[in-house]
Amino acid sequence: MSMAALFFYLFAGVAVASAFMVISSKNPVHSVLFLILAFVNAAGLFVLMGAEFLAMILVVVYVGAVAVLFMFVTMMLDVDFAELRDGFLQYLPIGALVGLIVLVELVLVVGTWGVGGAPHTVVAKAPIPTDVTNAEALGRVLYTDHLLLFQAAGLVLLTAMIGAIVLTLRERRVGVKRQDIAAQVARSPATAIEVVKVRPGQGLSETGV
Amino acid sequence: MDATAFPALAPALPEIILAVGSLALVLIGAVMGDRSTQLINGLALALLAAAGVAVVVAPDAVTFGGSFVLDGFARFMKIVAFIGAYAALLLSFDYMERLKFARFEYAILVVLSTLGMALMISAHDLIALYLGLELQSLALYVIAAINRDDERSTEAGLKYFVLGALSSGMLLYGASLVYGYTGAVGFADIAEALKGGEASLGLIFGVVFLISGFAFKVSAVPFHMWTPDVYEGAPTPITAFFASATKVAGMAMFVRVIMEAFPSVTSEWRQVVVFVALASMALGSFAAIGQKNLKRLMAYSSIGHMGYALVGLAAGTPEGVRGVMIYLAIYVAMTLGAFACILSMRLKDGTYVESISDLAGLSRTKPAMAFVLAMILFSLAGIPPLAGFFAKFYVFYAAVNAGLYPLAVAGFVLSVVGAFYYLRIVKIIYFDEPTVAFEPMSFGGKAVLTIAGGFTLLYFVYPGPLTAAAGAAAQSLF
Repeated sequence: MSMAALFFYLFAGVAVASAFMVISSKNPVHSVLFLILAFVNAAGLFVLMGAEFLAMILVVVYVGAVAVLFMFVTMMLDVDFAELRDGFLQYLPIGALVGLIVLVELVLVVGTWGVGGAPHTVVAKAPIPTDVTNAEALGRVLYTDHLLLFQAAGLVLLTAMIGAIVLTLRERRVGVKRQDIAAQVARSPATAIEVVKVRPGQGLSETGV
Repeated sequence: MDATAFPALAPALPEIILAVGSLALVLIGAVMGDRSTQLINGLALALLAAAGVAVVVAPDAVTFGGSFVLDGFARFMKIVAFIGAYAALLLSFDYMERLKFARFEYAILVVLSTLGMALMISAHDLIALYLGLELQSLALYVIAAINRDDERSTEAGLKYFVLGALSSGMLLYGASLVYGYTGAVGFADIAEALKGGEASLGLIFGVVFLISGFAFKVSAVPFHMWTPDVYEGAPTPITAFFASATKVAGMAMFVRVIMEAFPSVTSEWRQVVVFVALASMALGSFAAIGQKNLKRLMAYSSIGHMGYALVGLAAGTPEGVRGVMIYLAIYVAMTLGAFACILSMRLKDGTYVESISDLAGLSRTKPAMAFVLAMILFSLAGIPPLAGFFAKFYVFYAAVNAGLYPLAVAGFVLSVVGAFYYLRIVKIIYFDEPTVAFEPMSFGGKAVLTIAGGFTLLYFVYPGPLTAAAGAAAQSLF
């Protein structure tokens, strides 16, 4: 067995096992930790396929940001997962039915690929460049051919951010303490320090401070 | 591959102006806060005007790796959409000021939404189309709910958001099926891949899903359910924006995708478009009869008008596309005029009313406004020699020439049914006893009503330029 195959089975096996643990562990924090393990193993699989850029993005974005966000949410919201699972057996038949339908659909999709005749593809697929790294290949098209799409996606995100702020931010005028940099900078020893003479044996309260 | 190859930016000049300008406005607003509202409102108007000029001077080309195109069609539609956005902005300032929810973000969101429309109109592949659509829609969801202390406004925003997200999902599903069965996202490439072959079932599924998504965005039956609620709930000037500019952009993307990507599967999409057009015309005519609220009535009216415009698309000829373009231009003018009137229904105590019975006796309290409103309503009903008649004439003419006789006849009959509820309002304006008196109109309202009313009334005197421009622009899709 070659090295690559060995690592493939290692990553794939751990990914599947940890994915199973995500849904079966009792503690939600453990679930999120197993989710991170699954992500890292998926990243390993990407590296094996030669998609190192995608692997790094997976680690940086999903593990670094999304999973941490999940962790915060599960820790902050006091969700009683035992209670949520109470009706599990009650809904099992419906869940099993839905699962069965999805399974049948998947089998149909795989079995009858190309329903209603062959695809009309005539457009040649772009060859996979071998002389450049993933990141460079992506960067070349992302900022040239797909410049418009890239910038438009950025504007969509900006709009979403403005929208979230417009709809939710309420300025509280009273009782808000803000940093006043000018006041901080304008402080001088005269306004910030008070020199108190404390005689031995006397407490601070007795000096009148 | 040349790593330094950079796409030509000149054709996207209007979009660049809007994008950079809106970023500048965000900065001004962030630094100055709500004091900057007036300034940002003015600058937003200036930006839209500048973008409109840029549309005229930018060169025709396909750029950004084939995902963006500026041609006659895009130019015409963009100008109409910009006019709609400009007028809607003009109408809103006074209203928002009076109802105390004026915020500087509003104008910025309208500019961003207009930018999304421009991208939709110019999209030349499915990805650019989707991104433009999302940019437009996201901003629209927010401005529907911008009066966040008003229950109806937030309800409208939420409903629009949930249903809009659903329809975007359908559109994406259709787009991915089309991509799966053609291996291309560019409209020209899709048309190339489909040339000469029999359309496969999967591809037809994709086309139908795409059309469903488009029908939702232009609020055509059977995807119209959200329209009356959203139109009624959203603040009135924002409803004017929804009913004018948004419809133009949605229709433009509908026409471009169908005409550029699927010219060789005409028989497949035509039956869907014919059904959607028929159902929209019928629902727009019958469901509006029982309405008491003017904004709801305008919602059903816009559903019906989208049906008429789709008759032109169903023809699938340059004539038909020309009909759609003229229809939209005239529809935008009529709608903006009608909304300028609805926005002037302000009582002495500062509240706005919007029910049809409040218009009773308007001819005695405000004869000039009553006359223009009556003319706009006649025009919406399609009575000659007003502009609305010509709009319907061009689409039906194209449908007859394309051999779609039943559709054209049904359209004629349904427009007679639709005329009933427009004429009922005219009757209320002229023959009922006045109950309430309205305050004078705002400056923006007067300006919009004068121009829209003048255009509607006098279009028949000199229809040449618009018809010729639309005719030349329609050719760019064939």
